[in-house]
Amino acid sequence: MNESFLRWLDGDDSYFDQVLDNSFDEGPSRETVKAERKAMMSAIVHTPRHRRAVAAGNRTMRYLYYVVAVLSAVILIGVLLFCVSGLPRYGQENVRTNEVVERYIEHGLEETGAVNTVAGMILDYRAFDTLGESNVLFTALICVTILLRRDRKNMDTRLEDYYRIVQDRYFDTSGDEILQGVGMVLVPCIFLFGIYILLNGHLSPGGGFSGGAVMGAAMIIFCGAFGFDRVDRVFTRRLSGWITFAALSFYCMAKGYVFFTGANHLENHIPKGTPGAILSAGLILPLDLAVGIVVACTMFGFYSLFRRGSIGGN
Amino acid sequence: MDLTEIFKILIMIVMIICAIATNLTKKLLTTVIIFMSYSSLMCILWILLESPDLAITEAAVGAGVTTILFLVTLKKLGHTGGNEEEKEAGHE
Repeated sequence: MNESFLRWLDGDDSYFDQVLDNSFDEGPSRETVKAERKAMMSAIVHTPRHRRAVAAGNRTMRYLYYVVAVLSAVILIGVLLFCVSGLPRYGQENVRTNEVVERYIEHGLEETGAVNTVAGMILDYRAFDTLGESNVLFTALICVTILLRRDRKNMDTRLEDYYRIVQDRYFDTSGDEILQGVGMVLVPCIFLFGIYILLNGHLSPGGGFSGGAVMGAAMIIFCGAFGFDRVDRVFTRRLSGWITFAALSFYCMAKGYVFFTGANHLENHIPKGTPGAILSAGLILPLDLAVGIVVACTMFGFYSLFRRGSIGGN
Repeated sequence: MDLTEIFKILIMIVMIICAIATNLTKKLLTTVIIFMSYSSLMCILWILLESPDLAITEAAVGAGVTTILFLVTLKKLGHTGGNEEEKEAGHE
């Protein structure tokens, strides 16, 4: 444990001050440092005592590691195979089902109005679960923001300069001509595909989560190809936060209305429409959109926070 | 046994190989790439099992976003093998 770190623990001075000072110093050249480190390491490694210690420690730990790893893998495989063997065969007739499954399959279309039974399930019968999932994503984004966000309150200004110099230039892929060319062609197509999946969630396979993930991936590709500056002009952190907040609260209110009317046996005023039309299935289409927006913002937020520590411009 | 069945079994065998290789490779970058190919194979398998919605999600999240997040993290940690010291350490 080095001394400055202990002093930093006691609160005497900032640990990063010294790190920063060292990093900006000219100091000894890279070759000298490398040669010194190599000499030191070889001196340590080649003492017989160290070699014996390493060999003994390695042997016991390695055997233990292999035994435990193989055992846990075999147990896990056994449990999974046992569970799978209990499932009906793919495409088998006369599968024994419980009444929940039968209800979903037989009355799903007339009760939810969604041609895609899966969407009817996750956004109508089990909409409360989906709300929880969206909130889990939002919470994850908040946690990542707390951990990785860099702003005035969260860091030293000198540290910011350090990161900007050492990291951003090194990681920057924007301005690459191949990436930009591919991005110009791909990004609009992927965006359109994502919107298509979102809007057809109640008619065809897909829905909120898939569409949102595709749109998030498109945003990440755009950001990688054209840099954060272009994204910052439109998609700021404030906007991202408001969009996610609005989508989640819309979801809560819409489902709250449905739960309230359903539980009190009141009349539900949301029209079901004709099954198969784009504006049908009651609340499923707007809820799909809300979930998709939350997922897309979260995906892009993760990438943006991992890359440089903030979503959009401040 | 028709062609689709054989194709499915082939994909599953390659997936098992990928899963084992993910554990056994030493370099983290290789691990991430193998994991991505595992996800892509899984995506094809979902289509063969007639659940395209899962296939879309797998392609976007499993093969796309997860891999990108892993790569960004590895690059921040300096494990991509792009800089000189890594290469020299590899040769020693």
